[in-house]
Amino acid sequence: MSQTSMVVAGGGAPRVEGGGGRQYLAFTLNHEVFAIDILQIREIIEFGTLTEVPMMPPTIRGVINLRGAVVPVIDLSARFGQGSSAVARRTCVVIVEVAGGIDDGAATQTLGVMVDAVNEVMEIPAEDVEPPPAFGARIRTDFIAGMGRVNGRFVILLDVSKVFSVDELATLGGLAAGLAS
Amino acid sequence: MDLSQALATFFDESRDLLAEMERILLRAESGAPAGEEMNALFRCAHTIKGSAGMFGLDPVVRFTHEVETLLDRLRQGELVFSPALVGLLLESRDHMADLVAVATDGGGVDASVESALLERLRAAVGVPAATPAAASVPALVVAGAAEVEVEASGGGPIGNDCWHLSLRFEREVLQSGFDPLAMIHFLGSVGVVSHIETVVDALPDLAELDAELCYVGFEVALKSGASKAEIESVFEFVLDQSRITILPPHSRMEDFMALIEDSGEDKFRLGELLVACGSITENELARALAVQQAVTAPLRLGEVLVGQGAVQPAVVDAALARQKKVEERRSSEAKSMKIPADRLDALIDQVGELVIAGAATQLQARRANQRELQEAASNLLRLVEDVRDSALRLRMTPIGEVFGRFPRVVRDVARELGKDIELTISGADAELDKSMVEKIGDPLMHLVRNAIDHGIESPEQRTAAGKPARGTVSLNAYHESGSIVIEVADDGGGLNAARILQKAVDKGLVSAEANLSPADIHRLILEPGFSTAEQVTNLSGRGVGMDVVKSNVEALRGTLDIDSAPGRGTTMRICLPLTLAIIDGFQVGVGPATFIVPLDTVVECIELPDGAAGADYLNLRGEVLPFLRLRRVFAVAGDEPPRQNIVVVRFGGRKAGIAVDRLFGECQTVIKPLGRLFAGVSGISGSTILGSGEVALILDVAQLVHGAAAPAGAKVLAHTPAA
Repeated sequence: MSQTSMVVAGGGAPRVEGGGGRQYLAFTLNHEVFAIDILQIREIIEFGTLTEVPMMPPTIRGVINLRGAVVPVIDLSARFGQGSSAVARRTCVVIVEVAGGIDDGAATQTLGVMVDAVNEVMEIPAEDVEPPPAFGARIRTDFIAGMGRVNGRFVILLDVSKVFSVDELATLGGLAAGLAS
Repeated sequence: MDLSQALATFFDESRDLLAEMERILLRAESGAPAGEEMNALFRCAHTIKGSAGMFGLDPVVRFTHEVETLLDRLRQGELVFSPALVGLLLESRDHMADLVAVATDGGGVDASVESALLERLRAAVGVPAATPAAASVPALVVAGAAEVEVEASGGGPIGNDCWHLSLRFEREVLQSGFDPLAMIHFLGSVGVVSHIETVVDALPDLAELDAELCYVGFEVALKSGASKAEIESVFEFVLDQSRITILPPHSRMEDFMALIEDSGEDKFRLGELLVACGSITENELARALAVQQAVTAPLRLGEVLVGQGAVQPAVVDAALARQKKVEERRSSEAKSMKIPADRLDALIDQVGELVIAGAATQLQARRANQRELQEAASNLLRLVEDVRDSALRLRMTPIGEVFGRFPRVVRDVARELGKDIELTISGADAELDKSMVEKIGDPLMHLVRNAIDHGIESPEQRTAAGKPARGTVSLNAYHESGSIVIEVADDGGGLNAARILQKAVDKGLVSAEANLSPADIHRLILEPGFSTAEQVTNLSGRGVGMDVVKSNVEALRGTLDIDSAPGRGTTMRICLPLTLAIIDGFQVGVGPATFIVPLDTVVECIELPDGAAGADYLNLRGEVLPFLRLRRVFAVAGDEPPRQNIVVVRFGGRKAGIAVDRLFGECQTVIKPLGRLFAGVSGISGSTILGSGEVALILDVAQLVHGAAAPAGAKVLAHTPAA
């Protein structure tokens, strides 16, 4: 029970299903595999031209043009405190939709997330999701919605609402800009 | 049945009508309104009452009725406008607005306010207060009571004194949000319903019955002194689709026969209904039907009327007037329509995409080196850009929408303070983005109230200072260099620099030794917790005013400037960007990045002289021109190229240079806001998408120049790339 609620806390619309699991998009970042609930993902695009915004922290890598909309791109590696990602051949931008910030007019905010490579879509049954470890993971515990057991290995299921909290990112951006000026 | 949509229309319409009433009443203060305006005023109240009645909003109807009665007396010339009366009407208008608002959002109104107003209204009309008759029987003695007198010359008048209404509503009337029952109830406000017969013949079998359709018709006998137009107005909103026949009292038999003929229903059945209503007697019916049998071709209503020349001229006039009104309403509906903002935004995004796709096509065409293809592509691009311009213009609204509410504010506040103040408005047609129009209202309201409360002196002080006793507050708006400037100016005493400084020192905002320029002192009033009013009034002066205005304006990425001369007045100047507008931009490059400088801030471009490599100023034809290096300010990686260019910009009377690597030239730019993640970035006002699909950032020249000039700017310049 606690496991299930842990995953629900991971965001996304609760699904009614007949005992199956949820679908997750697995991707690689710094040789580690992470997964995001597929309901939060809008699309995946190749890493193309990105415009850097001056005086932003490394976490906010820049902005891209997504069919006429200007979308911020988050450097997930920097967000995890593991240094900026290098752009390689398989680098992708995963477009996610997260809840808007507290005083945002918009209900949702679209963000791009830079990852090293996108692996696959996999289904993880609810009983194969373990609660996050108290410590030991290389990223902040509150970023983890749960640990998915896949082929005898654990995959970190990210809590999108925490990792890409608009309020937190905006504060980061504001701080960096404030320091710079 | 979805009434809410029709209700929403009613509320919108009422708001417009109430605004119109206010406008006319305010003008009435300087001179009694002439015929057409008086009529318009009456019509406003009348329409609100009528529509409210249709929705069963009884409180609105009851109160508006009293207002209408007073307006009618004024219209008839039985009463004359006096300032007291205008004041009363304005207060009544406000109460009507409250009542409508309560009907919208729920809540309650102060009953004592209402009863006090009612008493004053009745006193003004000359009706003794609390006469039940005056309250319950609407004495709609409108122009042309004589209209009711029917020319009974034509053959066979029917011996009853009731109007006969034959109502056959369209089937979908309920789905359109109208309730026939409410309309029949509302008939009670123009007369007394003496009899109703329900016509249920059209009812289908239960199995086929659609509960959302209206199958029943009504035959109504109405005792009323109202004119046909007034009775008709009860059904105003359904007249077009429904079959509503209104026969005046003492109508001739032919009319009833025509009604029976036209109905297409069983004529004997309908005849019986008419008899049941008491509109005709059994004898009359029998006689008529006999006559009709004899006539081979039944006469049609119109033919009867025209043929006998017995139509009431007034009825025809009213019908013509109504038709005209409906046409006018249709045409004004065609002039403007409401569109959800998100659809508009989606359209603008899509058109923006189209522009980029068009540019890409053109690029390909050029590469293919086919003349015809190139021509077609550039034609296409030009058209698409036109479409984009039109799409962007859809969001622009004149600032006058906000200015419109100030005449009333100024009047009320000035009266309360015993000051005589005139408001002048100019530039109301300057346009800015709709979302800005909504957000700038409150800050402006504050500034205007401040100008009246603190700015303008009392009439005595003014006369003593040799100024006209009547003070002037002016609102002005104009476009300047890619922004809109809104000024709130007064010709009052101006800011008292000494007092402001004293107060600021007392409050510990500045130290007593600080050497401040007058402009700096003026800006102190924008500090939180500052208020110079010795007396706290209920209008302003609570010390929460100006800093809130300032932060509101800054939240819109605007600036607030103060211009004040002792004894001559103060001007508050709000400068706002026109977000989402297209601006003409000037593209420059620094390293791999492209930036856009708003073209209207660009004065000229020059090459950075070799000698200026070390210093951050140069000699521009004998003038010292400070400049900032964009590469350093924005910490762009890479080394400065040997040859750099300076874009000379001017903003707020200041001239400065911006050193960049390359100049690309002019381009049209759609501003896309960067969103909340980048709210803290200074020096950048937004972004845009270039023809290549790349995102370019738009420079906020004012912030850049201010940032470089302020002491903190030194830090910006010294900032070394850390990342």
